[in-house]
Amino acid sequence: MKRLVLVLCLVAGPLFAVQPDEMLDDPALEARARDISAGLRCLVCRNESIDDSNAELAGDLRVLVRERLLAGDTNEEVVDYIVDRYGEYVLLKPQTGGSNLVLWLAGPAMLLLGAAIGVVFVRRRSQAAPQAEAVLTDEEQARLREIMKE
Amino acid sequence: MITELGHFALILAFFVACFQALVPLVGAHKGWAGWMSAAEPAAVLQFLLTAGAFLALMWAFVTSDFSLQLVVQNSHSLKPMLYKITGVWGNHEGSMLLWVLIVTLFGFFAAWFGRELPPTLKARVLAVQGMIGAAFFAFILFTSNPFLRMAVPPFDGTDLNPLLQDPGLAFHPPFLYLGYVGLSMTFSFAVAALIEGRVDAAWGRWVRPYTLAAWVFLTIGIGLGSWWAYYELGWGGFWFWDPVENASFMPWLIAAALLHSAVVVEKRESLKSWTILLAIIAFGFSMIGAFITRSGVITSVHAFASDPERGVFLLLILAGFMMLGLTLFAARAGVMQSKGVFGLVSRESVLVVNNLLLGVAAFVVFVGTIWPLVAEMFFDRKLSVGAPFFNLAFTPFMIALGLLLPVGAMLSWKRAQVGRVLRKLAPVFVLAVAVGVLAWAMQTGRSAVGPVGLFLAAWLIGGAITDIWSRTGRGGDRLGRLRRLPRGDWGKTVAHAGLGVTMAGVAAMTAWEVEDIRVVQEGGSFEVAGFTLTLDGVRQVEGPNYRSTMGDFTLAKDGDEIATMHPEKRVYPVAGMPTTEAALDNGFLRDVYVVIGDPQSGGGWAVRTYYKPLANWIWGGAILMALGGALSLSDRRYRVAAGARRTRAQGVPAE
Repeated sequence: MKRLVLVLCLVAGPLFAVQPDEMLDDPALEARARDISAGLRCLVCRNESIDDSNAELAGDLRVLVRERLLAGDTNEEVVDYIVDRYGEYVLLKPQTGGSNLVLWLAGPAMLLLGAAIGVVFVRRRSQAAPQAEAVLTDEEQARLREIMKE
Repeated sequence: MITELGHFALILAFFVACFQALVPLVGAHKGWAGWMSAAEPAAVLQFLLTAGAFLALMWAFVTSDFSLQLVVQNSHSLKPMLYKITGVWGNHEGSMLLWVLIVTLFGFFAAWFGRELPPTLKARVLAVQGMIGAAFFAFILFTSNPFLRMAVPPFDGTDLNPLLQDPGLAFHPPFLYLGYVGLSMTFSFAVAALIEGRVDAAWGRWVRPYTLAAWVFLTIGIGLGSWWAYYELGWGGFWFWDPVENASFMPWLIAAALLHSAVVVEKRESLKSWTILLAIIAFGFSMIGAFITRSGVITSVHAFASDPERGVFLLLILAGFMMLGLTLFAARAGVMQSKGVFGLVSRESVLVVNNLLLGVAAFVVFVGTIWPLVAEMFFDRKLSVGAPFFNLAFTPFMIALGLLLPVGAMLSWKRAQVGRVLRKLAPVFVLAVAVGVLAWAMQTGRSAVGPVGLFLAAWLIGGAITDIWSRTGRGGDRLGRLRRLPRGDWGKTVAHAGLGVTMAGVAAMTAWEVEDIRVVQEGGSFEVAGFTLTLDGVRQVEGPNYRSTMGDFTLAKDGDEIATMHPEKRVYPVAGMPTTEAALDNGFLRDVYVVIGDPQSGGGWAVRTYYKPLANWIWGGAILMALGGALSLSDRRYRVAAGARRTRAQGVPAE
């Protein structure tokens, strides 16, 4: 329960995520900074980007991103710089290498598999001979007669 | 005293559930009518006992009985009455009690309105529902008992989490549970049909109202949750791809697929085994949702009371029911042969594609949700899967679905001609392309999200209107015939158009939101997206159980005052928690959203302002979808019992 309260504090504090004094003067650079921070995870929060988070650490990371941008890094260099220090855990969009291929390919593979099964099913249905009407059981025949009589 | 009665009623309900799980099942197997009909009073009794237990707990909350541990932890004597009541399910134990209350409520409905079901099927359905009830009663009694007393009752409680003290969130869980648990009913029908070894059009018709109801409730529940997040969390997001959100979204997708495949079973006696499998999976996903929320294995902003012991228990329940369902399925799938024959191009085939897209979309969400867990356990990689992944991997399915839907909805059963449908839809297609191009021309950024989203929205809405209009035939009095079309047709149109409306909202908000963050002095004004905001002053306000810092803003456009806005920053002293209350000016085409932050050292206040185009369309579309579902539900074809009685009185009504 205590942990829950702590977490919710971080989520809902009246502090802002991005503070006015953190923002860069150059709008183009600031837009890039926002773009990068939307893809980086706040490490002490649950599933929030540093752009959305009010946690202090997220603020530090936002400042760090902006410092790197001012130092002339490209977007990729900034992200690599942070991943080098905090690990791939900070990336909200997982890398595509190694075992993560499973994650990225699971959807398309399932779609192909499902489509193949679907095509086989539909083709079989379209070629099937029309079956005789469903045969009623004796009990149902009796019930039917009863209904027809009414 | 009342608490103990409630506790006792809960234990009794557990035994009744066990009885209901066994006796009718044996009865149906042996053909003993007496044993089978025992299910009915058992289901009613089980519901009444659970309702009694629930009311007892509610009584403890309303009267602030601080000898109850749960009340101490989640209530406070100063809390407004509404939140004392909703506080009953604002915690793990109480929400499980609500969950099981809804399980028994659905059992009660099946017993009451299921008069027309064959007795063996009805007995089996109620028996499976009894098993589900028994499992959750055991879970509550052994791991999360809401009726535990305190040895030394304190004078006052520690208050409900202030975030939950909000009308949007107060009614979010009951609707979600109605949806989750509604899927338990389709599971029960699926398992009963597997035991029976018989799935036919009638089965499709019986199971569809429950699926539809579950889907409608899930739609409302998810919509409420997203709306709450939008105005309460203070940055105006509406969907975060959080594991717990995904947990409610997966059953919604599967239920949507099930809804459509059950139509094929009902009308064309095809897709039977697939529909049964979907019904089993749908309930599986709703229990995975319960597991994710309450076990804490996957970190989420929602994390309820996380407790490994409870997690294991829930996992056992999940595994048990899935094994039961899937084993029976494997044993009996061969019995369920498709009867209907249909061409490659037909409504049936298109519904297969619908199921494929919805099913795989749900699968993608599922893989993304559990991947961090899998990667850590098997590959020793600690990683995150967040919104960027889901946006990229999930959106294509929705685009494909949106493109296909208007065409598919108008294809005829058995054998269809695409050309004829496309000719009817041509004007709508042209209109939709025009809307997309217009959006492309008017926007300054170069994102494709906005134009594509608006194109799809216009295509879906226009397609839905064309669909229902084309059903009125030719010649005079088309409007009269339009009015007399079955509710099911209207439901389809409204729900499909609702999907379009939601897509428009999501696309516009994603593409054209304007954000402004700045320091504002009292008396100062600033401009955002053509609106002028003036901070007239900031004052301190006392609420019933909180203190608030409230800003007074005036919103104006071209010098004309539109509204005054009062964003707040609240502190709930008992829980020691701050919350933000954003101020919104709702409009049909846009929301203006203001949040007030901290006072700055140089004077003035930090202020965050958003211009959110078409924001209300997101939830407006959800309301339309739910309304469409409700319209279909009220179609006289599904009021099985009532319809049958009337038929007898008046003879066969003309279709």
